[in-house]
Amino acid sequence: MGLLDIFRNRTQDPSAKMAKERLQILIAHERAQGQHRAPTYLPEMQKEILEVIRKYVHVEDDAVKFEVEHNEQYELFELNITLPEKLEGTQRRE
Amino acid sequence: MSKVLVVTSGKGGVGKTTTSAAISSGLAMAGKKTVVIDFDVGLRNLDLIMGVERRVVYDIVNVIHGEAGLNQALIRHKEVDNLYVLPASQTKDKDALSEDGVGKVLDDLREEGFEYIVCDSPAGIERGAQLAMYFADEAIVVSNPEISSVRDSDRMLGILASKSRRAKEGETAIKEHLLITRYAPDRVGTGEMLSVEDMMEILAVPLLGVIPESNAVLQASNAGRPVNLDKTTDAGQAYEDAVARLLGEERPMRFIEIEKKGFLGRLFGRS
Repeated sequence: MGLLDIFRNRTQDPSAKMAKERLQILIAHERAQGQHRAPTYLPEMQKEILEVIRKYVHVEDDAVKFEVEHNEQYELFELNITLPEKLEGTQRRE
Repeated sequence: MSKVLVVTSGKGGVGKTTTSAAISSGLAMAGKKTVVIDFDVGLRNLDLIMGVERRVVYDIVNVIHGEAGLNQALIRHKEVDNLYVLPASQTKDKDALSEDGVGKVLDDLREEGFEYIVCDSPAGIERGAQLAMYFADEAIVVSNPEISSVRDSDRMLGILASKSRRAKEGETAIKEHLLITRYAPDRVGTGEMLSVEDMMEILAVPLLGVIPESNAVLQASNAGRPVNLDKTTDAGQAYEDAVARLLGEERPMRFIEIEKKGFLGRLFGRS
């Protein structure tokens, strides 16, 4: 340790700062890849959306598909609903 | 109402078992009927840390296979009331634990009136770790202020949010807690260790507690007594704070500032 080091700002030395920066980059990347941390409200929202749809048409549990895509600038939320082929209990207005 | 609590981390050696022992003891001392389960099949160690290794007769695998009743396998802690230990088996059979089997054991424990069921996860993300977290209502993610531990904690948080029963069945998500262990404020001060703030910023999980790097932890495991049974130690007190927070109490964080050395301490270089 040189004499100058004594006077240096000791609050954030390179090594912990480096660790933090490396972690931030790495974790952002890993989360984006594996969708590790999809929003925690997702399952609940999925359930509610399913309930709303069922007010009008009967669909199976797996008829509603959610995808969350992370990008550097934005997150894309994709919702896919498969309606049954025969629309029972609904009237066609034509 | 009973709660299933998993103590997990991904990375090994960060203090999961020490934490499981301390948190379960703390909950029991707070009057909650508590059981702590070792999920590290093949490499059990919770029994040693809890000081019950000589009283293990049956284990969780025996219970799942119907070779022993739950009450035969549960070890009552001699020093702490309301505290029970369910050891792991030393079998090398990787598939000794099944999802249905573990689910049944947890149901039976609920029926026995256990208020807290603490699951001590093995390291890694293999079967034992997955089963330990699968049924959890809350998770304590143990992390050291060290780069690989933080990364693994983030991986584990991802797994909790996607592979647990709550995630799969669309229930409200597992309540996550971050517990930082082996924290050395002086090294944070010199900039060679990640700070509490750094870790919270990266992991974005509410902080349950900060356990300082402490001689007391090794001494406690040498003696087979959960570290918070001795209320005079720094680590013991930090765990007690964490337990209180888990039970809804608000407490300020201690042991995160550099301890000021007294005159003699400075003279002899010991705190």
